[in-house]
Amino acid sequence: MIPLSHYLIVSAILFSIGSAGVFMRRNLITILLSIEIMLNAVNLSFVAFGRANGTVDGQILTFFVMTVAAAEAAVGLAIVIGLFRHRESLNPDAFTSLKW
Amino acid sequence: MAETLLFYLLSALAIGTAALVIGQRNPMYSVMLLIASFGALSGLYVQLDAPFVAVAQIIIYAGAIMVLFLFVVMLLNAPQEDGATWDRTHPLRQPGVGRFGLLLAALLIVQLAWALSRVGQLDAAVGARGDAQAIASVRALGRVLFTDYMFAFEATSLLILVAMVGAVVLARREGDQ
Repeated sequence: MIPLSHYLIVSAILFSIGSAGVFMRRNLITILLSIEIMLNAVNLSFVAFGRANGTVDGQILTFFVMTVAAAEAAVGLAIVIGLFRHRESLNPDAFTSLKW
Repeated sequence: MAETLLFYLLSALAIGTAALVIGQRNPMYSVMLLIASFGALSGLYVQLDAPFVAVAQIIIYAGAIMVLFLFVVMLLNAPQEDGATWDRTHPLRQPGVGRFGLLLAALLIVQLAWALSRVGQLDAAVGARGDAQAIASVRALGRVLFTDYMFAFEATSLLILVAMVGAVVLARREGDQ
């Protein structure tokens, strides 16, 4: 059987990949995708902890995280579309000023 | 034995495709690779006796959220990053600062691995406690969701309403009534 720590290590690596994507990429859509990777890493650790404790609470929390991810994607992509209309760019460096 | 092999295969697939997601320059390929990563993760959920979460992962994440992303990628039609056209003299665009994000991510991995190595009781097999049948049943899941987590569930519906209204307001063209 697989120990709990293995799942947590996979989750930690996925979370680190997501945070590296947020820091390094210069594309708003890829940054939003990296946030989704991080949310999924957290989901994995929720389910793994829930299974290790023998309860369903971890799975329940996963549903709430999925709902928040869906809401975040909808609002975030709407903001991306709005920004792209103003500057014709997806580079976050193009949006350094709040007023234009 | 086959179970262990499957775990490492799915984990490698999930991590490898996630790493490729942030390595791609074309967001279209990123979205496709992320769908593959979510598929591998849903396989891990099946191994953790959470088949309903696995199905929800495929339907909601790969089916709904990623299609929304694909829709926006196709709508904006901006396949490449335009890194060269924007100001290179910005304080955040210096080469040293550019590497700083990678350093922070590596530091995060080290920190998480160290924290995991310090916590005891993690070497027990993950499926040792609890009844796998009871945990995997949708009936038990629904009962807990609609009793213990009732308030959170209702608050979630409000969140979705706010997100829906917010998305419509934000994506509306200025001047439209």
